[in-house]
Amino acid sequence: MKLFDLRGGVHPEGKKDLSADRPIRALPLPKRLYISLQQHIGAPASPVVSVGERVLKGQLIAAAQGAVSAPIHAPTSGIIAALGDHVAPHPSGLQVPAITLESDGEDKWIATQAVDDPFALTPEDIAARVGAAGIVGLGGATFPAALKLNLSRNSGVQTLIMNGGECEPYLTCDDHIMRERAGEIIEGIRLIAYAVSAKEVLVGIEDNKPEAIAAMQAAAKESAVKIVVMPSMYPMGSEKQIIQVLTGKEIPAGGRPADIGVLVHNVATAFAVQQAIRYGKPLISRIATVSGGAIKQPCNLEVLVGTPVEELIAYTGGYTQPAARLVLGGPMMGQQFTHTDVPVVKGTSGVLALTSKEIGQAEPSPCIRCSTCVRACPVGLLPLEMASRIRASDLASAVAFGLKDCIACGSCSYVCPANIPLVHYFNYAKGDLAAQERAKLKQEATKKLADARNERMARIERERAEAMAKRKAAKEARERAAAAAKAATEVV
Amino acid sequence: MNRITHSPHAHASVSIGTVMGTVLLALTPATLFGFWLYGWPAVNLWAVSLIAAIVGEAFVVRLQDRAVRPVLMDGSGILTAWLLAISLPPFAPWWIAVLGSLFAVVIGKQVFGGLGQNVFNPAMAARVMLLISFPLEMTTWVAPAPLGSAQAPSWMESLRITFLSQPIDGMASASLLGHVKTEFTRGVGLDQALVGYYEPMDMLWGSRAGSLGETAAVLLLIGGLFLIVRRIITWHAPFAMLLGVVVPALLFNAIDGNHYAGPMYHLLSGGLMLGAFFIVTDPVTSPNTALGQFIFGFGCGVLTWIIRTWGGYPEGVAFAVMIMNTVAPIIDQYVKPRIYGRDRKGVALPVKKEA
Amino acid sequence: MFTAVISLTILGSAMGLFLGYSARRLEVEGNPLVAEIQAILPGSQCGQCGFPGCAGAAQALADRNAPITLCPPGGRAVVQALSLKLGIEANLSDVKDSVPMIAEVKEEICIGCTRCFKVCPTDAIMGAAQQIHSVFREACTACGKCEEVCPTESIKLQPIPVTLQSWHWHKPLAQGATA
Repeated sequence: MKLFDLRGGVHPEGKKDLSADRPIRALPLPKRLYISLQQHIGAPASPVVSVGERVLKGQLIAAAQGAVSAPIHAPTSGIIAALGDHVAPHPSGLQVPAITLESDGEDKWIATQAVDDPFALTPEDIAARVGAAGIVGLGGATFPAALKLNLSRNSGVQTLIMNGGECEPYLTCDDHIMRERAGEIIEGIRLIAYAVSAKEVLVGIEDNKPEAIAAMQAAAKESAVKIVVMPSMYPMGSEKQIIQVLTGKEIPAGGRPADIGVLVHNVATAFAVQQAIRYGKPLISRIATVSGGAIKQPCNLEVLVGTPVEELIAYTGGYTQPAARLVLGGPMMGQQFTHTDVPVVKGTSGVLALTSKEIGQAEPSPCIRCSTCVRACPVGLLPLEMASRIRASDLASAVAFGLKDCIACGSCSYVCPANIPLVHYFNYAKGDLAAQERAKLKQEATKKLADARNERMARIERERAEAMAKRKAAKEARERAAAAAKAATEVV
Repeated sequence: MNRITHSPHAHASVSIGTVMGTVLLALTPATLFGFWLYGWPAVNLWAVSLIAAIVGEAFVVRLQDRAVRPVLMDGSGILTAWLLAISLPPFAPWWIAVLGSLFAVVIGKQVFGGLGQNVFNPAMAARVMLLISFPLEMTTWVAPAPLGSAQAPSWMESLRITFLSQPIDGMASASLLGHVKTEFTRGVGLDQALVGYYEPMDMLWGSRAGSLGETAAVLLLIGGLFLIVRRIITWHAPFAMLLGVVVPALLFNAIDGNHYAGPMYHLLSGGLMLGAFFIVTDPVTSPNTALGQFIFGFGCGVLTWIIRTWGGYPEGVAFAVMIMNTVAPIIDQYVKPRIYGRDRKGVALPVKKEA
Repeated sequence: MFTAVISLTILGSAMGLFLGYSARRLEVEGNPLVAEIQAILPGSQCGQCGFPGCAGAAQALADRNAPITLCPPGGRAVVQALSLKLGIEANLSDVKDSVPMIAEVKEEICIGCTRCFKVCPTDAIMGAAQQIHSVFREACTACGKCEEVCPTESIKLQPIPVTLQSWHWHKPLAQGATA
């Protein structure tokens, strides 16, 4: 199959060998789980259990709220210990509402509904079951999968692309799920393709995962699913880029893949879909890679959602040396975290403990305009120009240079010889612009309120004045009448 | 509290110091060849340039109350001085080197705001300044006298040449470009002017009168290719500059071969090779995009040819580069990469339906 | 010479007449800029700028008698909008990057006097006499009027708590700043 070129891109050191030959192991049942209510893009789920309630594994504990949301299920059986805030897997280290579950050690499943012939279900039914199972994009974007299915079916998607790129260094979780569960993944892929009636199904896998490619090819033999080997390059696994490489098409700016007849899902999502449809199991666990130079035994673990990260690190034998930085996700786009009791969420693909040598970050120096960042940018932006505008607080100019098209992949920062934190500048600018936008909306709303109040005050004043005038007129009329009467009596 | 750091949490093993260091390494063969060809005076001149640049930059950075060490360690000042030194006549007096280096580093770079802020290539700005201020010293060339040969000045003599401006007996020569220009003014055509002066093989290896490190075309080419292989520079600007010289040279040589020299003559003479691989590839003063760099390089090439052919000075690389430096921001304004999902004008691509 | 004097006189009077006519015909009533500036300002008439309400402030801004950083409730967004409108360079570092504030009622000491309720320019306070008042966050502009009239100091301006939705990355430190 003919592949198209990726614009720009970088070749970060893979580091996948640290955990590449470690089969997936299940993490022992943790004592306490902190299940965040915000594990997806959209509105947080709202709890449907109360403190002290006993729940079974797979039982719904928080329901989806609004159009864009996903439900959350109990990862194991136990007792709800608390409904409150817990530290979020987010660089801010802020608290988010979470459900604390005390495991009872029995890990007892709720009754599930298995389906013998999933292809007898209607596409709508598949989407509904995927939605009810709380499945979100496991590649990291955590967009509710059912919404994507419905949107794609309604807009007539032709091509289904399954993303097995895993271009982030260190991470091997998708590699291993493809090696070890290829049969289930292929069935999941066929279910998704059936649900959106896609005509073409492509699975893109980077050529640095030969075992996964072989396993997937063997599993896909009898089906219409086509395994495509892609060159290893970052950010191959980004949605926009994998579409470009496999189809040569580009998503129009501000659009969605469905606009060009494409749907992209991660391979791990396909596995979750298969489990949900065939066995009725909701999404309560995921595969995550624990790796990094400071980790004693890097490995791939199947972990329950809500497991504190420190349990993962402890299970792998702890640190060989103090970690210079702890990261959730891959090193290119992952987020630093400081509290090791942050829970694993549905989108957690990896936990990295990096040494300062691996990070290789130095003090930033002045930009020499070498335009290495321009060559590295997969979108075709001018990172150096945008950063210099943002540094001078000229955000409008940065937007004119295409700030909003930035996918924050980090390629520019990675290659910058001056160590300028380019993506940091861009994300600061995006955040600041969003805050300004919010402030503007609020101001418009409060202005309307103020105007309404002023009008009301004026009306009240007017009415009062009118009432006064009326009273005065009445009084005068009375006086006149009295005077007239008096005059009349005097005359008489 | 240590601040949370933004992704990426990995970094390519490059720094400005390694970039500059690689360029210096690429310059070394041609420079060593120049040392051998012109002997000790060349070494003196090179050393004086570097010392002046380092001391001058340190002083100016101190005046600005900035940390001196990181500025000196990035190697940009040394590179500038090095480039300037190898574009000087090898027997030039010491004060030419000092003046040039200080001008390059202080006026050419720090006054604009330091590394990355200057509009003009500092080395070329200094060379132009020297050329129009001290035309005699800047055009006094010498015939090659390789180290170890009989004519080569001894070390003591070299000190007198560099530091006391002692006149050079019987070694004065002319550069090819200068010679041809002089002959033209006497009404002598190329067919006679080139006799005994133009030996393409000598030009290639660099055994001729010229600037300290500009003569060895082959060694500069090798250095440039090394930089391309190491991904420090791209081929666009150098190739375009050579093309910009070759195209008009071919054209006019075909029209009047006796008055317009051919492409080989232009490619191998003067500072073209140095300019193409080490000057127009200066990141700070050249455009950002590949196409922009191509346009920039081509402009430098054409202007070089025009100045050499019709201008008042025999060599035009420095002037051409400075003129194009002023155009670089305009090129950047108009030549931008197409953004993903948008057309060239920045309008979002249309939503196509293939139902 | 005579012709020159005549022609210049005619030319001069024609132009004078034309100018006089245009001045009357094309007269602009009032300064439209004032209305445009007023549209940018929050419109809560809080008076923190020292001018009588937002209309007064708009007039002062149009006359260039006030800095564009005059409006505390408007924050940086308003400063930037004004800077665009008036073509004045905005020195955002001058705007005390006042953390966005919001009024909050300390319920233990609120006596339900309704005074704050009456002065609030955006109807952001809910409640009735003898009942604890509460602030409608989306409508509060942090003008501070309620704080002034509260007899028990139960209503106070507080920084808006940062949430995951409102948090964003800080600006990177300038290079060399940490050295």
